[in-house]
Amino acid sequence: MSSTIDRRAFLTRAGLTLAIVATPSSLKVLAMGPAATASDVFSPGPWLQITPDNQVTVLLCKSEMGQGIHTAIPMIVADELEADWSQVKTEMAPVEAEYADPVHHMHATFGSQSIRHLYQPLRKLGAAGREILVEAAANKWNVAASECEAIQGKVHHKSSGRSFSYGELVEEASSLPVPENPRLKDKSEFKLMGTPVARRDLPAKVSGEAKFGLDTFVPGMLYGVVARPPAYGAKMTSYDEQAAKKVNGVRHVVEFDRGIGICADTIDAAWKGREALNAQWGPGVEPGLSTASMDKYLADALDMSALEARNDPGVPAALRQASKRVHATYFLPYLSHAIMEPMNATAHVQADRCETWSPSQSPSGVQGVAARITGLKPEQIKVNTPYLGGGYGGRGATDGVHEAVSLSKATGKPIKVIWTREEDIKYEAYRPGYGHRIDASLDKTGKVTAWSHRVAGSIVHGRGPGPRVDSGAVSGLRDLQYDIPNIKVDYIWVNKPIPVRPWRSPSGSHNGFTVESFMDELAHAANQDPVEFRLKHLQHSPRAQRVVELAAEKSGWGKPLTGAEGRGITTYYTDEAYVAAVAEVSVDRKTGVIDVHRIVCSVDGGPIINPDTAEAQIAGALIMGLSAALKEKVEFADGGVKSANFSDYHTLRMSQAPNIEVHFVDSDAKIGGLGEPSLPLAAPSVTNAIFDATGARIRRLPLTPERVLEALSRV
Amino acid sequence: MAQSITLKINGKSYTVQAEPDVPLLWVIREYLQLSGTKFGCGIAQCGACTVHVDGQPMRSCQLQVIRAVGREITTIEGIREDHPVKQAWIDIQVPQCGYCQSGQIMSAVALVEKNSNPSEADIIQAMEGNLCRCGTYTRIKQAIYQAAEEVRNS
Repeated sequence: MSSTIDRRAFLTRAGLTLAIVATPSSLKVLAMGPAATASDVFSPGPWLQITPDNQVTVLLCKSEMGQGIHTAIPMIVADELEADWSQVKTEMAPVEAEYADPVHHMHATFGSQSIRHLYQPLRKLGAAGREILVEAAANKWNVAASECEAIQGKVHHKSSGRSFSYGELVEEASSLPVPENPRLKDKSEFKLMGTPVARRDLPAKVSGEAKFGLDTFVPGMLYGVVARPPAYGAKMTSYDEQAAKKVNGVRHVVEFDRGIGICADTIDAAWKGREALNAQWGPGVEPGLSTASMDKYLADALDMSALEARNDPGVPAALRQASKRVHATYFLPYLSHAIMEPMNATAHVQADRCETWSPSQSPSGVQGVAARITGLKPEQIKVNTPYLGGGYGGRGATDGVHEAVSLSKATGKPIKVIWTREEDIKYEAYRPGYGHRIDASLDKTGKVTAWSHRVAGSIVHGRGPGPRVDSGAVSGLRDLQYDIPNIKVDYIWVNKPIPVRPWRSPSGSHNGFTVESFMDELAHAANQDPVEFRLKHLQHSPRAQRVVELAAEKSGWGKPLTGAEGRGITTYYTDEAYVAAVAEVSVDRKTGVIDVHRIVCSVDGGPIINPDTAEAQIAGALIMGLSAALKEKVEFADGGVKSANFSDYHTLRMSQAPNIEVHFVDSDAKIGGLGEPSLPLAAPSVTNAIFDATGARIRRLPLTPERVLEALSRV
Repeated sequence: MAQSITLKINGKSYTVQAEPDVPLLWVIREYLQLSGTKFGCGIAQCGACTVHVDGQPMRSCQLQVIRAVGREITTIEGIREDHPVKQAWIDIQVPQCGYCQSGQIMSAVALVEKNSNPSEADIIQAMEGNLCRCGTYTRIKQAIYQAAEEVRNS
């Protein structure tokens, strides 16, 4: 993206004397000897700057969407640096190569990867800074570095009692080379990591001052709205430009690749202009597309030709020789991200530059889209990323930026595009609906000898058109965590005009439900306790066994329930974290309403940076999974989307939120992600508990009262 | 036609040129740039736009601006920093993404000022209209209990 010259120019501009690129395994010094003059910033690596005013600035390549990453990242750096927490501030890094995520090389936040990718590089960065500052102080005192110690933003000379603040060492430190392998702190030396440090973004989020994407105001900006086709792929047939322009405050009507844009002085004038426009559209590419047609298609798809994702040779024989065969079919609906902050973006395109403001999980994606539309170079696009009012995979989408940049380019004005809730629900890209069919064999001892799994769904991961196997469909299946000697996984590509993209825990959100429901069915078929049955099939994985045992122990598995009628166990492994949960439910036999009393969750994600935000992520993902399990389904009609707002796309409210207990395993294993792993547990822990309570096995989500009553009637 | 409209918000007087039927929400957050009040749904289903009008919690997306004239409007910015609800929200570390929290706080302030000893059912009744996609409901409940206790003891 940026050439050597550009990078050097940047370094000069920023007054940096050293730059290193951090990778998970090592710190690599990219450049360069001591600078001739500038020494007003000590920067031992791209994300860290210390200035003579004693300010420690940590630059962030990750978006804050509620996960607490803007607190966790500086905690790691500051702890290893031995900085005083109060001297640390953070800024979003410029969207330039040297500041990017060291693994995927983008400014993007997804896949529960931030801490996994940054933990070691940030520790090394902070530790390198600490070692250099100590050396700088030792040089100034002309003593050995071993006589000096860094404590909370100062270097002390032990025997003389002298000290320098970090700010006072900037000039000397910036002339010293960066050590390749600085000594990392021992866990016992941590002062911030592992403690519940208060989140840095919360005071502004409580006062009302926090700036989200929608809170962008640029002088001279107009509001942009877009008239969009009601059905997928529908072509515009007519619109009344003059009528729209007659609306007071409407300035521009722009036909472009996403519809017809109306730009106006106020948001309400833009909406009135859109109404007056009276755009007419032809039929969509699949006029008969509806909820019923998609439900039928997903069922039929399970018999269509498939792509092989895994095919162990012993599967057919094991199935033939089964002591017992078990099979089941499961269906999951399309889901909306239903992010509280609707899609929005602001852009200002000028002749030689473009600036954007958008609540994006992918600033790199924003930069790419803006560069493509404007014809400018990436380095001419300044990307601003305010707080995101939720993300969950949905804010990797760049639709809003596409529209704001296009309209700003066409009008020459800064444009703020705001989607209504109806637009956000109807025009976003969904978690695909899925169909699953599983066929498995048990031997006489109740061990699973073969597992044959067909999954049908659209492609959410990777690039390029289908047909190809989608990891979003088969992750968690082709690498099924249970000890099963023979596994076959077939993927059926669902090629429909409905746009899809990753949702929180893209594969786990459906494979958690199918795998963990089916493991429960197998346990019962084998007449075994579901906890014991899982442990028996996890013997190669002590960490997985530990979380199952912990969830069972903390939930009182095997003991009488108080209040609830049934309990269900689940476990999952994703994003390098092991999780398990027990849900306790009761079922109203008259209304079909499920009451989830409590979910007890156990987690082994390796070391925990901030136990308070970690707990919040685990609990929040369980709530989102429970919301999907109990309530969520996108409805389609007439070739487009029928669901429109929170009045017909329901998400979980307070009355249905259970008590959640989270128990972390004290673990020194490789650090894992925590934003998503618990989500897959929610649905199957509830359906398994419903089975425990009633004997009714529900294999289709969501668990609407009608569906529950229907299942109860079959028992 | 747009007309000159004067509103009293957080004790201050603001005059704007606006169509009389524009929802108060948009005047507060886009015209006056008091952007702590959030847009979530536009149909009173999510509570993100909750403000107080003459002390009562209201969805500002449902109130035409002309109908707010002459009334005392309070937004998140008008709740003092040391209010027990705001303090509890920090102590319990309630927000995740934070987008819905202005509305949550406005609903919670109205609740504890009316009822400083709310039962769980009271809390659910007051808060059921405020959606949170990050799933902070448990911490919201804890924070309301703490804030209510603070109000009782003051």
